[in-house]
Amino acid sequence: MTETIIIKDRNIDLLRLASEISGEVITLCEQCGICTTSCPMAEDMDITPASIMRYTQLGDEFVLETRAIWYCASCFSCTVRCPRGIDLAKVAEALRQIKLRKNQDYLKIDELKEEAEELPAIALVSAMRKYTG
Amino acid sequence: MDIELVEIPKWNCCGAVSSLTADDVMHHVAPIRNLIRVIEMNEEGLVNDEKRLIVFCSMCFNVLRRSNKRVKEDPKFLETINSFMDEERDYDGSVKVMHFLEILRDIGFYKVKERVKKPLKGLKVSAYYGCTLLRPRGVGIDDPEAPSIMEKFIESLGAEVVDNPYKSLCCGSYHTVGGNKELVAERAYKIINAARERGADLIITSCPLCAFNLDNRQELTKKIHPDFEHMPVLYFTQLMALAMGMESETGFDGNYIDPRPLLRERGFLEG
Ligand code: SF4
Ligand code: SF4
Repeated sequence: MTETIIIKDRNIDLLRLASEISGEVITLCEQCGICTTSCPMAEDMDITPASIMRYTQLGDEFVLETRAIWYCASCFSCTVRCPRGIDLAKVAEALRQIKLRKNQDYLKIDELKEEAEELPAIALVSAMRKYTG
Repeated sequence: MDIELVEIPKWNCCGAVSSLTADDVMHHVAPIRNLIRVIEMNEEGLVNDEKRLIVFCSMCFNVLRRSNKRVKEDPKFLETINSFMDEERDYDGSVKVMHFLEILRDIGFYKVKERVKKPLKGLKVSAYYGCTLLRPRGVGIDDPEAPSIMEKFIESLGAEVVDNPYKSLCCGSYHTVGGNKELVAERAYKIINAARERGADLIITSCPLCAFNLDNRQELTKKIHPDFEHMPVLYFTQLMALAMGMESETGFDGNYIDPRPLLRERGFLEG
């Protein structure tokens, strides 16, 4: 049986750009799903890490609008297990960077207010580096 | 233990997380600048023929070692970095970045044991590694799938090791900032409960952000799960100070879940 996947907004440039920024060969992904089973954040993501890879391979811009690329915590659990040697943490970072480089920040710093005072510097610095451009 | 640590004069923040992109050179400048300071310290005689940079924080360690590794493996990248810092001398890749636990391992945990004045006999301690001390491979200080260095550290202090299947499960890291704190509180729930079920009295960690997430976020964890029982989370050096009889250096005032009642009850703290 053939399954038809309808790809909206197909954009080969997205695959090219994500490959360039991450330095990873995204097309190598064989969709084994080991990244998903290794991922501590997968249960809260809207799409799985393996799906992040698939949408990116297909150049579907939908991936840029997922929660998953932001919920990835760069924990490198998938990185040490991918049988194809792909560093998915880098791919997720590239997808976030595509958004951040268009000034589409995930976190609004001025909304933190008093919360910022109780947070250690290491939390603020890392969040700003990951969530803002 | 026959080592003296000398702080870097004018160190700068490394950035806390390593830039994972291929094209971002800028964010490697801050870590490399710290490595240049180490070379200068040698020239100024602050240290002699000592190019090891010892780092306590797992995240800083990860960032510094990654940047160092990258410039060593990629001479062109090093050249670009150096050309970015025209007010600095060139970096040559000669500094070795090490985590403090690695130094203890090199010296030998038996030596740590020799220094222990108050063995923590009967105290059940669970190690929490988190991510940046172990991963990725080639950067981390131990086997990413089956680490043991912190367990050896715990044993050297005379305490009892309690294993935790979630010892290297990410605590949620910087998600503790902004709207996703629940992600962190839930992971704290999972990690701490697993330690408790196996009988642990407390958890130690070497990452200040993990420490904040597992300790301070227990407030939120308790709100989400009223059945949750608090557990003290210590920075690994606090446990070391306690075992070495340096009570004034333990800094327990800074812990959200105060470990002192437990430690007093077990006779490890006076008063
Ligand atoms: S583990 Fe690697 S190959 Fe398998 S689905 Fe994930 S990225 Fe693809
Ligand atoms: S690096 Fe991101 S995608 Fe990979 S396991 Fe960790 S959180 Fe999941």
